[in-house]
Amino acid sequence: MYDPTVARLTYRALLGRRRALILLALPLLLVVIAAAVRGFNGADDQVAADLLGGFALATMVPIIGVIAGTGAIGPEIDDGSVMYLLSKPVKRPTIIVTKLTVAIAVTMVFSAVPTLVAGLILNGNSQQIAVAYTIAALVSSIAYAAIFLLLGTVTRHAVVFGLVYALVWEALFGSLVSGARTLSVQQWSLAVAHKATDAGDLVTSDVGLPAAVVLLLVVTAGTTWYAGRRLRTLTVAGDE
Amino acid sequence: MTTISIDHVSRWFGNVVAVNDITMTIGPGVTGLLGPNGAGKSTLISMMAGFLAPSTGTVTLDSKPTWRNEDIYKELGLVPEREGMYDFLTGREFVVANAELHGLGKKAAQKALATVEMEYAQDRKISTYSKGMRQRVKMASALVHEPSVLLLDEPFNGMDPRQRMQLMDLLRAMGDEGRTVLFSSHILEEVEQLASHIEVIVAGRHAASGDFRRIRRLMTDRPHRYLVRSSDDRALAAALIADPSTAGIEVDLKEGALRVQAVDFGRFTGLLPRVAREHGIRLLTVSPSDESLESVFSYLVAA
Repeated sequence: MYDPTVARLTYRALLGRRRALILLALPLLLVVIAAAVRGFNGADDQVAADLLGGFALATMVPIIGVIAGTGAIGPEIDDGSVMYLLSKPVKRPTIIVTKLTVAIAVTMVFSAVPTLVAGLILNGNSQQIAVAYTIAALVSSIAYAAIFLLLGTVTRHAVVFGLVYALVWEALFGSLVSGARTLSVQQWSLAVAHKATDAGDLVTSDVGLPAAVVLLLVVTAGTTWYAGRRLRTLTVAGDE
Repeated sequence: MTTISIDHVSRWFGNVVAVNDITMTIGPGVTGLLGPNGAGKSTLISMMAGFLAPSTGTVTLDSKPTWRNEDIYKELGLVPEREGMYDFLTGREFVVANAELHGLGKKAAQKALATVEMEYAQDRKISTYSKGMRQRVKMASALVHEPSVLLLDEPFNGMDPRQRMQLMDLLRAMGDEGRTVLFSSHILEEVEQLASHIEVIVAGRHAASGDFRRIRRLMTDRPHRYLVRSSDDRALAAALIADPSTAGIEVDLKEGALRVQAVDFGRFTGLLPRVAREHGIRLLTVSPSDESLESVFSYLVAA
């Protein structure tokens, strides 16, 4: 279910110079803000939780997920180079699972690592806040990568739709409308983080742990399965 | 020996019929798929390559369906028309990756690069390649597993004459080895230089099939239309209609010209200047009015 050649091609496409710069921009911004807040304000657990929850988890992780998830397959479908993968005796689900693995790894590295670093800068992991949000970032990386990988196989405008979903649904509705929170990757990952650490009231979720875990698994497996199906019936017509 | 069978295949996109009830068999040797742009050549090749499902009918490779069947790629190589091909890799990295996806190694990749004579530029990034070089690297990627069937969509587009000759020699050699080679083109000369067998499709329909002599004859024997202006249109018309190579003449008063329909192309082209000279008529304009490829091809459909 994992093809090293497909993985290599995907890593190189994702971490090409321009895309790598975009992937680095938000994490750098997060770390700079964290350093500034700590510098001006000193260590404060509530501020740390607000910044990690409001910016890192609600905004940065989904955006990194959009770039890595859609970027792992969208451009190849767009310019037709995916034909070189598809015209090989390689099972289509293998291609998808490999690309998903790469997208998850890239999302985790570019979102969970800076979250941990920013958390350590903000309050030195007091009350396990840094670790809790890092766990949430790791967990949500998996679901985001899967969702946006599917989006990359469905539409040419995957990045736009992905950003709208990430910013409007996860960041805006997820914070304002309580019903929307039940269907938010962010909340599911917070439920896991809440359970895994002793962060207590500073890391809470509107969704119970069992529901969160089930939803995470269903969404990840479902989107991956459907992406494999999409790829299997992907019609790559010529320019005519 | 591998045979592609296309059996009563149609393919439509919404209301547009791209391929209309085509039946053909493509066997070993080099076959040219000839037709004007937009005739459905790429759609047909996509279906042969398993990238598109026929709306009706079946496409099989030695009686195995090509749609949703990854196993066919062990025997089939494809050179797509589109340019997208991992520009950030070097030529060598690209061909090696293609070999690996077939479960082969660097040796097979190196052999394919040598076959297309791209070793000299193999360590340059694909983004720096000319169109002809890209085309050859695409060829190498399709050849790494020495397939028994090779499909090429407009392979000569953008190649200079020397590269064209080189690729033609290569394809001819593959055909002689007993491989099934099919390439598409909208240029008759290209096809007749290379293909022993030609399939013509026009507007999604299978218009003609056979060796190039037969196709060439069909194309030149069709009625030709000319627009002729001269110093004395009526006298010229009278003299031309007396000859059996002319089927009809219209005096177009608005245009101030004759519209001539010739049935015997060779004879008419000799007749016109001779008649003009004999009658002391000066020819001012002689222009073929239906030489576009589309009209040549559409004649074939009717034939």
